[in-house]
Amino acid sequence: MGATTLNVNGRRHVVDADPQTPLLYVLSDDLGLRGPKFGCGLAQCGSCIVLIDGDPLPSCVTPLAGVGDSEVVTLEGLGTPEKPHPIQKAFIEEQAAQCGFCLNGVILSAKALLDRNPKASDEQIREALKGVLCRCFANVRMLRAIKRYAREIAK
Amino acid sequence: MSAHGFTRREFLERSGALVVSFSAAGVAGELGGRTAAGQGAARAEVPPLDSWIAIAEDGSVRAFTGKCELGQGLFTAQAQLIAEELVVPLSRVTLIQCDTDVTPDQGTTSGAQSHPANFNRANLALAAATAREALVRLASERLGAPVDQLRIEDGVVNVVGNRGRSASYGSLIGGRKFNLALDPGAKRRPPREWTVLGKPVHRLDLPAMATGQFEFVHNVKLPGMLHGQVVRPPAVGATLIGVDETSVRDVPGLVKVVVKKNFVGVVAGKPWQALEAARKLKAEWTRGTGLPGHKDFHDHMRKQPARDTRLVDSKDVDQKLKEAATVTSATYLHPYQMHASLATSCAVADVRGENATIWSPTQAIYPHRNTAALVLGLQPENVRVVFRMGSGCYGINGAETVSYDAALLSQAVGKPVRVQLTRKDEMAWENYGFPFVVDQRAGLDEQGQIVAWDCETWAATLGGRPGPRTPGNVVTGFLVGFEPAPFEPRSPAPDPTAFNNGGNHVPSYVAGCVGAKCEGTGRVKGERVVTHVVRSPFWTGPLRSPQRLQNTFAHESFMDELAHKGMADPLAYRLRHVRDPRLANVLTVAGKTANWEARPSPRPGLARTGVTSGRGIACVLYEGDNGYCAMVAEVEVDQAKGDVVVKRLVVALDCGPVSNPDGLKNQIEGGALQGISRALREEVTWDDQKVTSVDWRGYPTLSLGYAVPVIESVLIDPPDVPATGAGETSITVVAAALGNAIFDATGARLRQVPFTPERVKLVLASRA
Repeated sequence: MGATTLNVNGRRHVVDADPQTPLLYVLSDDLGLRGPKFGCGLAQCGSCIVLIDGDPLPSCVTPLAGVGDSEVVTLEGLGTPEKPHPIQKAFIEEQAAQCGFCLNGVILSAKALLDRNPKASDEQIREALKGVLCRCFANVRMLRAIKRYAREIAK
Repeated sequence: MSAHGFTRREFLERSGALVVSFSAAGVAGELGGRTAAGQGAARAEVPPLDSWIAIAEDGSVRAFTGKCELGQGLFTAQAQLIAEELVVPLSRVTLIQCDTDVTPDQGTTSGAQSHPANFNRANLALAAATAREALVRLASERLGAPVDQLRIEDGVVNVVGNRGRSASYGSLIGGRKFNLALDPGAKRRPPREWTVLGKPVHRLDLPAMATGQFEFVHNVKLPGMLHGQVVRPPAVGATLIGVDETSVRDVPGLVKVVVKKNFVGVVAGKPWQALEAARKLKAEWTRGTGLPGHKDFHDHMRKQPARDTRLVDSKDVDQKLKEAATVTSATYLHPYQMHASLATSCAVADVRGENATIWSPTQAIYPHRNTAALVLGLQPENVRVVFRMGSGCYGINGAETVSYDAALLSQAVGKPVRVQLTRKDEMAWENYGFPFVVDQRAGLDEQGQIVAWDCETWAATLGGRPGPRTPGNVVTGFLVGFEPAPFEPRSPAPDPTAFNNGGNHVPSYVAGCVGAKCEGTGRVKGERVVTHVVRSPFWTGPLRSPQRLQNTFAHESFMDELAHKGMADPLAYRLRHVRDPRLANVLTVAGKTANWEARPSPRPGLARTGVTSGRGIACVLYEGDNGYCAMVAEVEVDQAKGDVVVKRLVVALDCGPVSNPDGLKNQIEGGALQGISRALREEVTWDDQKVTSVDWRGYPTLSLGYAVPVIESVLIDPPDVPATGAGETSITVVAAALGNAIFDATGARLRQVPFTPERVKLVLASRA
């Protein structure tokens, strides 16, 4: 155990946890965040993705010690139900979900790509999402929502 | 219960209400006033547990349902139903789902049965209609106008042509209490007049999900909650010799090592500490009991003692096959597949003394209450099961087993415990979808018409849904000493007494005659369907479209082989043998929408190398009575690599009046893609001791990076028939539609799922 400082969604948190603890457990248990989720613990499914300095990374295999001063953004760091971020709004408009468990990894991965490359091709979008799973297979709508967001930021 | 849900006593805070339930004593009787406690009085004051609708004097509506949201959009659809029947805005409806202290017992949310149960002329729909009619009668008295002169708008009853004379629901109820029984004669609002139901209303839960605010079961937190993990046996059939607790003495945060027969678990302060403890705990186990070989497993199934069932038998099949101009036979194989939910299963339990509360993603809160009570040694009435959504389950994943895990660990430490399984524990021990062997044989006459269809299947099963009495049907129940449902071989099968095609064992093209009644969807009179259920070495249970998907793969692929034999167009050939007009209609509509090119398969002039393309069709009446679906698939096959690329799927669906067309399309699309994943990739594997497909590398699925086909859904939406299920229809026909399209593209027939590149190359190489 030991005190570690974390920057999450624009706020500084001091957490008391073993530095080897994967970031996911700190976010979901110590900080009570619901965005990042445990899906496999093996960086194979994308459920636990967070943005670390803008990069979508699997928090289930990222030790707390490796985060340092980086800025961590989770799904709830983007917007709220009342005031969703444009990419969250795009998913709501397209009704792009079934159980909704995968939305965290899908939205953050797509946002990271499009914020850097708003003109990303369909292939580039798929490439960016190849490590993210949706077992309800709402793929069609999700891809549509991602392109809606892309059009939005291209304006 | 406070922060975690709704208390029935909230009703007591209101002075007036109109409540509709099953067991109301007397129709429209006024409830007694508030009295002191005492069971009888309490029962009269608190809405009975079988109540469906409660309208308060402020006009707000609470509805109670035992059918739960599993990601299929049912929560929103049920809220639409209530708003529609009561003619109130959707925002005035609060729907309370699946809590044994609050909601009616509606069994299990499964089998595409929620629409048949709640959207026709029973239960939730009927309760809302009962409430609306009662309110209109009250308004008629109050306003002095006959019922047929009244119209409702937004929860206000108006006299037609006299807008000044009106009464809101709230004013009609006033301070009084009405306890109504469900009125079987109450009239539903006709689909043609719907303004909320039948519309593409947005999912009510999606904004919270998309912003990371939604409370999944994984997010349930209780004060003082600890975290548990389980240590499963290393092999199937291994039993515990002993546990060395000193091996985890130094793990920080460890609270307790729990052993109960063959159940082993650990409890710690934090989730990561529990994982560390589970990893480090030294447990000694016997060797497993050994597993039959994976490669020859389907042959192994044929040799096992079986429970036989005869679904139809015209008793002339052997004779007709002897007299037929040609006889065709083929065998189809389907593997074990997994639910493989995106989230591993999770539950939170708080067991203290004689009482327990379990927050569980179970599809079956009431049955689960009973089996959890058995596992814990408690009285069922002292156990409360509160549904909280997990990730999509598609049937019985680890929801039941992890709920027992959490409950056992909580009982051992006397504090709330949350357990979320590891990926390996989930995948190695869940209740898999059934493996199938299907032998098909059919005789054609000189014109190519089918005269006899003979079908024999083998399926392996073990355990399943625990129901109210059998916790041993899932792994944790078994580990603590409960047996799975007994297996009782029976051979030969007795003759059927009634037609039952709930498992889609009977092909769509036979008459389905039992006695004098013919209830199948087809015309072929020579028919015999016999099934053999054998013991599975692995736990099994319903996986989206259980049995129906495996059977339909075999029937619809074989129908294509028969069309080929009869040198007929596969669509026209199906229509020649179908009697049910709604099944014929979805076939016709799918064909028309896809611009189906009428000709026999395979496509003439095919190249035997390179990439070729083809189209295939398949259909089903799901469960024999629960949704008509036809699909046209267009594929490209890379004959060098064995890769199958699905370019386009056209789906025609008739499930009666549609509750939410956009939600239905979402289900059709998701089912279709899940069907592609299952048809092309998914298969459980094992060695001689244990399951080896225990992560996403070992059990590959399509990711969000998959190049999705164009999917077009056509909803038939007939208004004057009962609503049926729909969520398991499109997935049911995918494997056959793809296999038939691959045959059209290549002339090679795939008879074993999944259609991996290796299998595709194998059948391509074996072409004549």
